[in-house]
Amino acid sequence: MNHYTISALVANKSGVLTRVSALFARRGYNIDSLSVCATEDPAFSRMTIVLNGDEYILSQMMKQMDKLIDVKKIKRVEHEAVTRELLLVKVKTDAKTRSQLFELSQIFRANIVDVSPDALIMELTGKPVKLDGFVNMLMPYGIMELARTGVTAISRGNACIKDEADYKEKI
Amino acid sequence: MKRSGAEILIDCLKEQGVDTVFGYPGGSVLDIYDALYRDGSIRHVITAHEQGAAHAADGYARATGKVGVCFATSGPGATNLVTGIATAFMDSIPLVAVTGNVGINFLGRDSFQEIDITGITMPITKHNFIVKDVNELADILREAFRIANSGRKGPVLVDILKNVQIAQAEYEAQKPQPVVRKPVPASALTQTVTAIEQSERPLLMVGGGAIASEAGAEVKALAEKLNAPVAVTLMGLGAFPASHPLFMGMIGMHGTHAAAKTCMQSDCIIAIGTRFSDRVALNRDRFAKDKTVVQIDIDDAEIDKNVAATHSVLGDVKETLKTLLPLLKQVNARPFAEQAKAYKAEEAAKAKAPELGHKILMEAARLAPKGSVVATDVGQHQMWTAQYYPFEKPRELLSSGGLGTMGFGFGAAIGAAFGTGKHVILVTGDGSFNMNLNELSTAVTNQLPITVLLMNNKALGMVRQWQKLFYARRFSQTDVRKKTDYVKFAESFGAVGLSVSKEEDIVPALTQAFNTPSPVVIDCRISEDENVLPMIKPGQTYDTIITEWEER
Repeated sequence: MNHYTISALVANKSGVLTRVSALFARRGYNIDSLSVCATEDPAFSRMTIVLNGDEYILSQMMKQMDKLIDVKKIKRVEHEAVTRELLLVKVKTDAKTRSQLFELSQIFRANIVDVSPDALIMELTGKPVKLDGFVNMLMPYGIMELARTGVTAISRGNACIKDEADYKEKI
Repeated sequence: MKRSGAEILIDCLKEQGVDTVFGYPGGSVLDIYDALYRDGSIRHVITAHEQGAAHAADGYARATGKVGVCFATSGPGATNLVTGIATAFMDSIPLVAVTGNVGINFLGRDSFQEIDITGITMPITKHNFIVKDVNELADILREAFRIANSGRKGPVLVDILKNVQIAQAEYEAQKPQPVVRKPVPASALTQTVTAIEQSERPLLMVGGGAIASEAGAEVKALAEKLNAPVAVTLMGLGAFPASHPLFMGMIGMHGTHAAAKTCMQSDCIIAIGTRFSDRVALNRDRFAKDKTVVQIDIDDAEIDKNVAATHSVLGDVKETLKTLLPLLKQVNARPFAEQAKAYKAEEAAKAKAPELGHKILMEAARLAPKGSVVATDVGQHQMWTAQYYPFEKPRELLSSGGLGTMGFGFGAAIGAAFGTGKHVILVTGDGSFNMNLNELSTAVTNQLPITVLLMNNKALGMVRQWQKLFYARRFSQTDVRKKTDYVKFAESFGAVGLSVSKEEDIVPALTQAFNTPSPVVIDCRISEDENVLPMIKPGQTYDTIITEWEER
């Protein structure tokens, strides 16, 4: 099993996320994460999906997604693309551990965004593996809660998803 | 011009050239039915049940090639369409289903007869819409027809809120967009041409895509140019004439032995608008092992889905074949074609005397008015029809292939009768017939020329046959033995009821039925032990084909 990242431009309408996630459920595709966001064009949203599977599943999933009327463009994100994820994590703390956590945050270049007598919230952006590493280091202190956005990605250079061919116009 | 949403709907249907709608009124479509009444130019057929309306719209589409249209009210009206929409989806049939829904003030409050039909039909439609703004209605309807009828065809549902039906908007008639089939450039076919020319033993495998694309003439031209045998799937029956010497019959689980042998020995399968379903390929990993597979399909997701294609062409079947034909050389002598013909002759020579059910179908084919359309339900009778009734032209057979919907036939027959004006033969079984026999009332009301061949074995024959084969004859719930008198039943509905219990009854009953311009039900009392053979077990390879077995 491999991880593949896919970007899609979809119509910015209600129900699109349901269509995409229902497709994954129906066809039995396993995804690690899915994030949706606005784009520079209000007509479109951008989805970034991390798929857990093989080349066959990747190809089927992209083709099946491409058939959805609301999916306008779809592209496999190449390995060297810029991929980032945002983590917010609330960790137990007291006078003794606060400085240790501060040190850790510096090593990972995380920001401390909220401090209270017995807890603090840290924010970290990076590749998912970096976030995994940070979470591992925080485990012993007691993670109270954690939120990750899921991966978002954009390819390097001047290539844009908008320039991809539209399958529905090919036939 | 200001028009209400309901009027815009009717106007848009007229833009699209819709002449017939199948449906059932109700609270949330009162305004639509009022607009339909006031307009008066569209024929509306009220069925006994919304499922019948969906199947009728589907049958209309299959028989005519046009988009079928059905209406239903919100809630149960809409959910009753679901099986019909799913049937059309699995067989890529263009359908526009219009449902009403409660008004915006009631939406999301579990109001009376409120259902999220767009949510329910999301996985069984090509696309669906819920219309909340009357200003968007006309363009959504145009888009619905375009989606249903373009690319790989399929059903589209448009759910229109009650307040949208009443609200007014500016409307201006537009000409419908013609369906554009993109030409396939010769450059896309270079590898395909080489693969086909290098092949000594090519087999054409033709599916429903050839019919959807109206490519009958091109398929015939390709077979004759290559001098290659042709096997068709259930959905492909009629895409190539059954009387043609290169025709090997149906391929798959209940396909002919000749088609199975020809397929096994071929070195190149040219798959035309077919998706290698489990009922055709059976064992998808071994089906085309060591063979070249050339796949032509309009749906990219079908390429490599079940069976990996060596070479593929993404495009409309007709357009692809139009480009492909001039690139190929005429093959006059092909030993493989002679071998295939010999297999066919051998199978015919070995064939046992047809049983009563088979004989009825063979006689029906001989006596039926020319150009008759045949609709089937699902089960043994469906496979016998595929095996024994010779289909010469596309759109002569209407059958639920992908979903395998028992109860499909009567609605489909009604839709075909309205769409074509031709005589329609509905081949059904007593199991399937009982699922939608309410539609006999629709056929009688409209005096449709439908002959029902009810293959009555008082059992659920296909499931029973599997129980024979896989469950040591434990006939759990398949020996139904209903006491229904179908002759009296037909008469009570206002149809003619006849029966056939022996060979001598066949010709008189069929002759009478085919000369009656209204519904006739023929109760064909056949044995519960008439089996469907040949058969290849699910997941098995073609060499394990069963051609006969001894009844205990």
